[in-house]
Amino acid sequence: MEGLALDVRDVTKTFPRGGLLGLLGPRRERERIVALAGINLAVRRGEILGLLGPNGSGKSTLVRLIATLLLPDSGQITVFGHDAQREPRAVRRLINRVSADAAFFKGLTAMENLLFTARLYGLSGRTARRRASEILARLGLDGLSLHRPLEQLSRGTQQKVAIARAFLTAPVLLLLDEPTTGLDPHSRREVQRFILEVREDHDASVLLTTHAMEEAERLSDRIAIIDEGRIVACDTPTSLRERFRLNGHLPSLEEVFLALTGKPLEEERCACSVN
Amino acid sequence: MRLLRELRAAYAFIERNSNLVKRYWGWELVWLTYSIVEALAITYLGAGIGAITGQSLDTTYLILYLLVGTLVWAYLATIFDGLSEAISWERWEGTIEYTFMAPASRLSHFLGTTAFAIAYGLVRTLLILGVVALSFHLDLGRANLPGAVLVLLGGSLAFIGLGILAAILPLLFPERGEQMSYAFQALILLVSGIYYPVEVLPPWLQRLAALSPATYALQGIRAALLEGEPTAALAGELLPLVLMGLILIPSGLMAFSLAERYAKRTGRLKRSG
Ligand SMILES: Nc1ncnc2c1ncn2[C@@H]1O[C@H](COP(=O)(O)OP(=O)(O)OP(=O)(O)O)[C@@H](O)[C@H]1O
Ligand SMILES: [Mg+2]
Repeated sequence: MEGLALDVRDVTKTFPRGGLLGLLGPRRERERIVALAGINLAVRRGEILGLLGPNGSGKSTLVRLIATLLLPDSGQITVFGHDAQREPRAVRRLINRVSADAAFFKGLTAMENLLFTARLYGLSGRTARRRASEILARLGLDGLSLHRPLEQLSRGTQQKVAIARAFLTAPVLLLLDEPTTGLDPHSRREVQRFILEVREDHDASVLLTTHAMEEAERLSDRIAIIDEGRIVACDTPTSLRERFRLNGHLPSLEEVFLALTGKPLEEERCACSVN
Repeated sequence: MRLLRELRAAYAFIERNSNLVKRYWGWELVWLTYSIVEALAITYLGAGIGAITGQSLDTTYLILYLLVGTLVWAYLATIFDGLSEAISWERWEGTIEYTFMAPASRLSHFLGTTAFAIAYGLVRTLLILGVVALSFHLDLGRANLPGAVLVLLGGSLAFIGLGILAAILPLLFPERGEQMSYAFQALILLVSGIYYPVEVLPPWLQRLAALSPATYALQGIRAALLEGEPTAALAGELLPLVLMGLILIPSGLMAFSLAERYAKRTGRLKRSG
């Protein structure tokens, strides 16, 4: 369908259980870990889709599959019409990702790390330096921190550099995997404002995972809830809450989340497509 | 446009690795000192062999023999490490997912890594040579220097291929891959006649020696520097080296891309989160 930034269809992913038990242990131990059990989900162009789910429900696995860092067992992922498995290079050009662990060469400065990324994406040094300073300024980072080794920066500041790295390459689909974990409320606000700005200015689309309900509600146009590798609900934040209204009480998003996840698995499954 | 982007990507690795050397200069200095002391110690072994055996020997020849072994090995091992550690470093720092997510081709990745490794290996080896040359009288009057350089280039090709193959190990074995490539390197050191002619090895090790590119590199460079063999006479060493390079580099790249696919299927790229 036209205008889709991301289209995930019937995607499943399992992992082998490592170690000796996985090879020789009892049958239960030898079964593969099911991370995703048939995911259908789409992000419209310019949309921010929040993906909420308990620990281990498969959020990061889905993000890695879209980022071409994992290959699915079955199903198909397309980013602006490009198949992630057949045209990974075209997909990589369109995306970038932020994860909760700010992975850098910690002995190098923020600028050196950002320069490395920029060149990997084919940018010139001049463009990279200009963009990096711009983005970091908008994220509320002073110029001095740019030239200190990353290991000397606080975790929150490192996380901002990680966010800058993702925006540096001007992706049209952003995969934000718990981007504000470890940030104080001020910084979190700055990052959230930045995400909304980038969406406005650059028409970027976003898949956002988070454990912060108010963040999901503030940023997301729609919210999908994932549990044990299945999407169990998907709607606008307001409709999701309305759906669980009880005796006139409008539940919070957190209450909806708790009601939908962590209970014994019914074969309930829900697609988050937009056709 | 595409080419320019790929060249920039290759340069990304050169620049990053240079920045790392600058940042950890203290570590580099210690490591260089260690290599110089090691080279000196081995060369003194040559100088002292007459005193050890009580016979009068041509120690000038022996010194040069050992020195060539030490230096050529220092250079080839640096190239091997530079490539094989390309993956284990990134695993260590946790950046591997970000590097593999970038649109740059693996060819540019290895091109940049190789260019840096060769430059770094040359500088280090020349520094070691400089210090050792101050301590010993080296007579290179008969040497065929261009021939030696040519053989060294051939050896570089083959070792680039081996390094790429070794880089697969940390991709597949997050915990022990790096150690496996060190063990592999030690095996090459043993069989390739770095400090002794391969003829002293038992027959089964000599068979391995015939497979090691370092054997040919050492033989060729020694023939050029110690015996002054003309370049045409070095074909017996140059040909196998170039041939090994032509086989090892493409098959290394191919094997690496298969390993990368396997790692992506089984989830071995990730560290945490
Ligand atoms: N590379 C891997 N190898 C083996 N198992 C994995 C791998 N990656 C994920 N898993 C497993 O897949 C399941 C889903 O993990 P995933 O990281 O996607 O969860 P998540 O929703 O991101 O959790 P969290 O909120 O804690 O980040 C878990 O059971 C996890 O142990
Ligand atoms: Mg996660």
